[in-house]
Amino acid sequence: MTLTEPWRVLAFLVGIIAFVALNAAYLVWLERKVAGHIQGRIGPKEVGPFGLLQPLADGIKLMSKQLLVPKGVDPLLFKVAPLLVLVPAVMSFVTIPFGENLVARNIDIGLLMIFAFASVNVMGLLLGGWGSNNKYAVISAARAVSQNVAYEIPMLITVVTMIMLTSTMNLNEMVIQQGGGILNWHFFANPLMPFAFLIFFVCALAETNRAPFDLGEAESELIAGFHTEYSGMGFGVFFMGEYANIIIGCSLAVILFLGGWQSPFEFLSDQGLWGVFWFLAKVYFLIFCVMWIRWTYPRTTLWGLLNLSWKILIPISLLILLLTGAMIKVWPLITGAS
Amino acid sequence: MISLFTAEGLAGLVFLFIVAVTVGGALIAVGSPRLPRAVAGLAICFIGVAGLYYFLHSPFVAVMEMLIYVGAVCVTIVFAIMLADPGDEQKVGRRSAVAAPVGFGVGALLFWGMAMLGIKTMWPAAAAKVNTGSVTDIGHALITNYGMVFELISLVLLLAIIGSLVLARAGRGKS
Repeated sequence: MTLTEPWRVLAFLVGIIAFVALNAAYLVWLERKVAGHIQGRIGPKEVGPFGLLQPLADGIKLMSKQLLVPKGVDPLLFKVAPLLVLVPAVMSFVTIPFGENLVARNIDIGLLMIFAFASVNVMGLLLGGWGSNNKYAVISAARAVSQNVAYEIPMLITVVTMIMLTSTMNLNEMVIQQGGGILNWHFFANPLMPFAFLIFFVCALAETNRAPFDLGEAESELIAGFHTEYSGMGFGVFFMGEYANIIIGCSLAVILFLGGWQSPFEFLSDQGLWGVFWFLAKVYFLIFCVMWIRWTYPRTTLWGLLNLSWKILIPISLLILLLTGAMIKVWPLITGAS
Repeated sequence: MISLFTAEGLAGLVFLFIVAVTVGGALIAVGSPRLPRAVAGLAICFIGVAGLYYFLHSPFVAVMEMLIYVGAVCVTIVFAIMLADPGDEQKVGRRSAVAAPVGFGVGALLFWGMAMLGIKTMWPAAAAKVNTGSVTDIGHALITNYGMVFELISLVLLLAIIGSLVLARAGRGKS
């Protein structure tokens, strides 16, 4: 089925927004279920079968709440900040390949584009925290930024390693390179890749402000962090942005390391909708891991967090970068291959 | 006159919108008495400029503009402002009476000069696409044509790193 260009754009636009909104709603449900089962409870169960209508009720509740703009805030920045978190996240979906042909715009520099938009996210947190004119919000924004700046470096170094390995920044091409079974995934490309994946995943957790790195909203110290002053849908939009960012982080991890929409075994199809199935299955598995980690590990301290990035992750990722470069360029010279 | 409902017409509309975003952001950046708002205006201006680059078929430069200027420079500025002065807005120092006319005069002169330069120069026709923009091309360009620039930039960055280390070290007690 082919659509003409304007209709294709429109279809992707509606599809992506629906995907983000539905995921935000149902990932909250999933999070509560996972948290419940990990803590020996059963999570939401009253509204609908298995509590499946709970997100709907939550949404109605959030939307019917009054949007308070407290005195003394910067009204413009206060209102714009949630959008600054959500909109770039939605933009990033433009270039994510959900299936072999299911990508809104197959941009040559897609990987770079996602990081460009992800960097705007921090701006939203900062302006929201500052605009709230609230001590807790300002402290939280300062924390969130120092954390994001620190973890962007090992993440980008890891990504540069992957770009060296694939010599492309086109996400779909990266996935195509990983075809033909689980052993061709970049996760197994060389012995260093599992470590690179681990670094990328930890950085993704930190970049999206997820526990155990959610210093920005440590509720025991900072009430609710940068969104302390937000009520109703203002808070809801922050939350949607957070979940959208988690999906993007996990999608990137899947595309870079775990073969994107490629099926794990050659005898299983990855054509058409099967590709979408494999992609989403991997992404949701990673999202489940994110939740699993959140409800298993306690929050770190700010010092521990920054030390982990500057003293452990950055040197290791630099080492991986160097060794991968050596493997690509020097190894063939020694062995005389190619 | 191009009709609005053709590809060119819509592109023109998008172009005008991007220009409006750029100019509007710049005006906010210059005019706002609150520093964080001014930085937000600056960020909007940068996003507009990135849009202009995209409009000029340079997605790589556009993305870099977003990544470096919005994601790094603006965030650093806001961060610095927040650490220095989280509370009341400060009055910008009193301006002298000649500041506005002189500023406008210099601005008009600059604008006139740039505009004349743009109109009078015989621009070579731009290629539709310079290269494929692949990583290999960028790498080749960086170590052949722009090798000198590349080395100089790395030197500047090295100096910046050493400088920041010195500054950070000085702030710490002897421990």
